[in-house]
Amino acid sequence: MPLLRVDSMTHYFGGLRAVHNYDLAIEPGQIRGLIGPNGAGKTTIFNLITGRYTPTEGKIVLEDREITGLQPHQIASLGLGRTFQNLRLWRHMNVLDHVKMAHYSKITYGLMGAFFGTPKRTREEAEIEDESYSLLELVGVSHLADQIVTNLPYGAQRRVELARALATQPKILFLDEPTAGMNPEELAQMMEIIRHVHAELELAIFLIEHRMKVVMDLCQVIQTLVFGEVIAEGNPDEIRNNPMVIDAYLGKEVEV
Amino acid sequence: MGAGLESSTTNRSSMRNRLSSYWEPYSQVPWLGWLVSALIATLLEQLIGTPLARVLGLTKPPALFGLVIMLKEPGLIPSALVYVLLIYLVPIGLVARFGASLANKVAARLLDYPVVLSALVHIALLYATLHLWSGVSDYRLLVVKLTLIAVIVTLSLNVVNGYMGEFSCSHPGFMALGAYGASVFTVLLFVQDSRFGPPLLPLPLVLQHVLFPISLIVGGLVAALGALLVAIPSFRTRGDYLAIISLAFMFIVKSLFENLEFVGGPRGLGNQPDLATLPWVFFWTMACIWIINNFVRSILGKALNAVRDGEMAADAMTVNTRHTKMVAFLFAAFWAGVSGGLFAHVLRYINPGTFGIRKLAEVLAMVYLGGLNSVAGSVVGAVGFNLLSEALRPLEIFKWIIIPVLLIVLMVFRPTGLIAFTELDVGELLKPKVKPEEEVEYAAATR
Repeated sequence: MPLLRVDSMTHYFGGLRAVHNYDLAIEPGQIRGLIGPNGAGKTTIFNLITGRYTPTEGKIVLEDREITGLQPHQIASLGLGRTFQNLRLWRHMNVLDHVKMAHYSKITYGLMGAFFGTPKRTREEAEIEDESYSLLELVGVSHLADQIVTNLPYGAQRRVELARALATQPKILFLDEPTAGMNPEELAQMMEIIRHVHAELELAIFLIEHRMKVVMDLCQVIQTLVFGEVIAEGNPDEIRNNPMVIDAYLGKEVEV
Repeated sequence: MGAGLESSTTNRSSMRNRLSSYWEPYSQVPWLGWLVSALIATLLEQLIGTPLARVLGLTKPPALFGLVIMLKEPGLIPSALVYVLLIYLVPIGLVARFGASLANKVAARLLDYPVVLSALVHIALLYATLHLWSGVSDYRLLVVKLTLIAVIVTLSLNVVNGYMGEFSCSHPGFMALGAYGASVFTVLLFVQDSRFGPPLLPLPLVLQHVLFPISLIVGGLVAALGALLVAIPSFRTRGDYLAIISLAFMFIVKSLFENLEFVGGPRGLGNQPDLATLPWVFFWTMACIWIINNFVRSILGKALNAVRDGEMAADAMTVNTRHTKMVAFLFAAFWAGVSGGLFAHVLRYINPGTFGIRKLAEVLAMVYLGGLNSVAGSVVGAVGFNLLSEALRPLEIFKWIIIPVLLIVLMVFRPTGLIAFTELDVGELLKPKVKPEEEVEYAAATR
């Protein structure tokens, strides 16, 4: 019984078919990769599943519950956390507030609590703050808690974004190019953090990545997407040796 | 040449050092100390203000720190300066400086009790100061009341334009809705009026005062209802749309009241009972600051910043963005309505022309002068703008050249306003600047 299932999802932007007959089944605890050349539709698939766009056709089911057409915040609070390809941090907010913010859907004190500062609010926000600190510790940036995010180095910003996504308490975490723009050192650290988070929180991870090393090292199953269609799916070895994948990335061999 | 340059820079830095060493003792003064010294200065003015003014050749104590006199009768500037120096600056400076250690001790002691007590003591001191100070003349009272009302409307606009990052122009419209809503309520219920007939609920004056908040809440709710009408079409999109729709809304409200004969049309609506006393205005201002500050520091309120700085990320982090924006907009409109209701009962006459583009310009100026995304900034902006505006009143039409020029200068040098993007932690304000045990060390170090 997969945690997340996508059945023959197709999406058009006007007349352009961005995604065609896409199927996906993520098992609990699995790390899955999605690779493909630029413009293949990887991020579109993320946006479709997380509710940013509604698919033209097809069905998305999260743990027996159909989530097709729900609002992004509803899908997020059902257990689908994500990060973004180009960091989307809130530029005037400090690190701690980022992580606290992602607890939004768990807040029960309501508007009256917010307006009048009831004891319930104080208690709840203190609990959220504790949880946020432990998430920041998990990704190794708790010492930066009171910094404004725009003052942080890139690697730290990536970690904050990861902690923020984790704070939504996801069952599946979608990572959109988690190592984009990182130097080798930051890259190694990030991979270590992803492994650590995966082991610690027992969640499934679905990631888009361009660096083959990262995908091959981390993922159990990899899908290759070309022009919105899956051309290959399998474990890293199968993908590495699949002629169609090699064609898509390196081009066909031509006899001279 | 090189040596001259060097010496001039050392001169300047030594000057700065000297200035900061003069200021140093004052940096140890807690808010409690400043409030007490302000109260003492106003008491002093009660006692010797009038005789001193006579001695200095002024007919009466200068109303606004001599600001008005300066432009009206330049010959009296020295007297006004001496008055301000003797009544305000010197006593406040002396009491603040030499009372600092006592004030720190008291402030520390107050925090042994629940924090509410300390907050109430500070607020009571502030009220007492304002009460005494405004008791000297009706003009001062009016300025204080209008300034407090301006604080409410500035804060409420800051929620939308600063915290939420949308550009809304409809605040004068919300004020008008609140003003008319509250006025109709009180005139209908409490007063014999040529338009509305005999009072429906002829209560003694005391009870009218007690029931006054209901009329303000009615005004606030009317304004929030109006905000709902703006929000439904405009919040599907972002950016300029809200600015345009809200501007249109402001004009619609204005012409609505111009054409509604039963509230007086363009002639306006008067005869409001005299219920907006200083205690009520002060109470509502404090309540507004407290509630809005609570809100913007909660996760639900900070969700506004998340929506402003990245709606897509906010959505993905489970924030219900539409609900968040809607709530903030209606909340801001409610407070604008309350301020409108107070405004109507302070002036006891309103007409639709009051709530036009000029009001909008004033409110926007106060928000951007004080600073976006900042409660303290809004308070500073509203108070500063109102004092400036009163001080420049003798210049008549030139006032509306000088104030915009000042705004332009400010926008060039501080584009986000005086105090922008800060959080107001009331707990911090109440704390002593020097803890008692530190003070011993401090005294030893300076000796």
